Amino acid sequence: MSLIDARHIEFSHGGQKVLQGVSLALEPGEIVTIVGPNGSGKSTLLRVLIGALNPQKGSVKRQEGLRIGYVPQKLHIDPTLPITVNRFLNLPHPVDPDDAKEALRTAGVAGLGTRQMSQLSGGQFQRVMLARAILGKPDILMLDEATQGLDQPGSAAFYRQIEAVRRDIGCAVLMVSHELHVVMSASDRVICLNGHICCEGTPEVVSAAPAYRELFGTGTGGALALYRHDHDHGHDHDHHHHHEAAE
Amino acid sequence: MLDDFLVRAALAGVGTAIAAGVLGCFVVWRRMAYFGDATAHAAVLGVALALLFGTSITLGVGVVALAMAVLIHGLSSQGAAVDTMLGVLAHAALAIGLVAVTLIPGQRVDLDAYLFGDVLSVTRGDLAVIWGGGALVVAALWWHWSAMLTATLSPDLAYAAGINPRREQLVLTLLLAAVVAVAIKVVGALLITALLIIPAAAARNYASTPERMAFLSMGIGVLSAVAGLRLAVIFDTSVGPMIICVAATIFAISAISFQLRRVGT
Repeated sequence: MSLIDARHIEFSHGGQKVLQGVSLALEPGEIVTIVGPNGSGKSTLLRVLIGALNPQKGSVKRQEGLRIGYVPQKLHIDPTLPITVNRFLNLPHPVDPDDAKEALRTAGVAGLGTRQMSQLSGGQFQRVMLARAILGKPDILMLDEATQGLDQPGSAAFYRQIEAVRRDIGCAVLMVSHELHVVMSASDRVICLNGHICCEGTPEVVSAAPAYRELFGTGTGGALALYRHDHDHGHDHDHHHHHEAAE
Repeated sequence: MLDDFLVRAALAGVGTAIAAGVLGCFVVWRRMAYFGDATAHAAVLGVALALLFGTSITLGVGVVALAMAVLIHGLSSQGAAVDTMLGVLAHAALAIGLVAVTLIPGQRVDLDAYLFGDVLSVTRGDLAVIWGGGALVVAALWWHWSAMLTATLSPDLAYAAGINPRREQLVLTLLLAAVVAVAIKVVGALLITALLIIPAAAARNYASTPERMAFLSMGIGVLSAVAGLRLAVIFDTSVGPMIICVAATIFAISAISFQLRRVGT
């Protein structure tokens, strides 16, 4: 059974249709990436899936007792609220101190436990949120543009961490991003969203799809080339003509 | 011991300060100060209604504060301009309450007692209400602590963890109404918000976790209540405002010493 099964989701905000006829099912252990331009409803879709928003039409079925590890786009903590990293990791449920240490190490921020959340850099903050998300032993990890505000090496490192986490705990991963090349290389399935689902499939299928090319234009040519280069070695060679075409 | 009106006053102040100290942290973290004002100002209307219908003041204040809190909770979920709306509601409730009190036939009402508190006239019955209500507030916060804290950090994180942040907010709203009902006798409708936010704000600089801030805030509230009462007796001033003066002084010392320490390092 799917972890989450969303069918024919329609969501309007202020009279404007943000999502229309979106259906999406997530299977255990897969990495799915949602790409799409700004305002295409990516974050809205994620918030519908976690239950923060109720769609006007359609249904969202979550597996009984599904544990979601959610890493939001950004989190603003009011400066009047003092909170250490360790305390943050213990929300909403207390965790074993050794587990907390281990999660921080897995997320690449070992030893930051006693720091105030307000003293962390952007990258550290995102990694601490990742640590908190994996501490709940999630069936699915959801990341909403989790690398916003990180530089390119930083976000590449962050996504490598995600892959490592997936390997370690075997959870499914659903991420939203606009950084196509980095994200796509790690995905089992890519969903191209622009209010509705334009196209979906393996990264190869999507990046070759006309709807995708139309959305992202020629500006991403370099990025796509980079992606294919990354994966040259891992795939059947009948993709080579794409490769050459992109270069 | 309870025969001494000063002992009763001290106990009333301490009980109120404990409940307001913890709840005040959430008021500060969630920026609900104006929300607190609106709820507290509605209490004056509650006094008027209680006198009109001959019921107990606590009941009248509690019911009207609750109604106001639920009204604001409902309106805020519809995405209205919350700040302006709270301003309108807060001052409209206060004005209507002030007018209504003076219109009640056959009574000369001592308004000052409700606006600024009258802790020296606290009865054993009042004490029972204050400590009962205070205990209820602290117990509810204890019970909901993790969920409320998560919802305060981020509603989406709460949803993802299976917590309904709207429900937590509603609980906070109800607790705020309870504190208003409890505190009106001690500091009065106009200064309840001060008792909520000043101790919490003073505690902020010296706390590293939310829990430490809550305990520190309680401690500062209790200290303000006891010292304020003592000073009011010595200088023969009204007690409620003196309690807030002490709290404000502690806040100033906290803020200044924190700045000095930061500059020093």
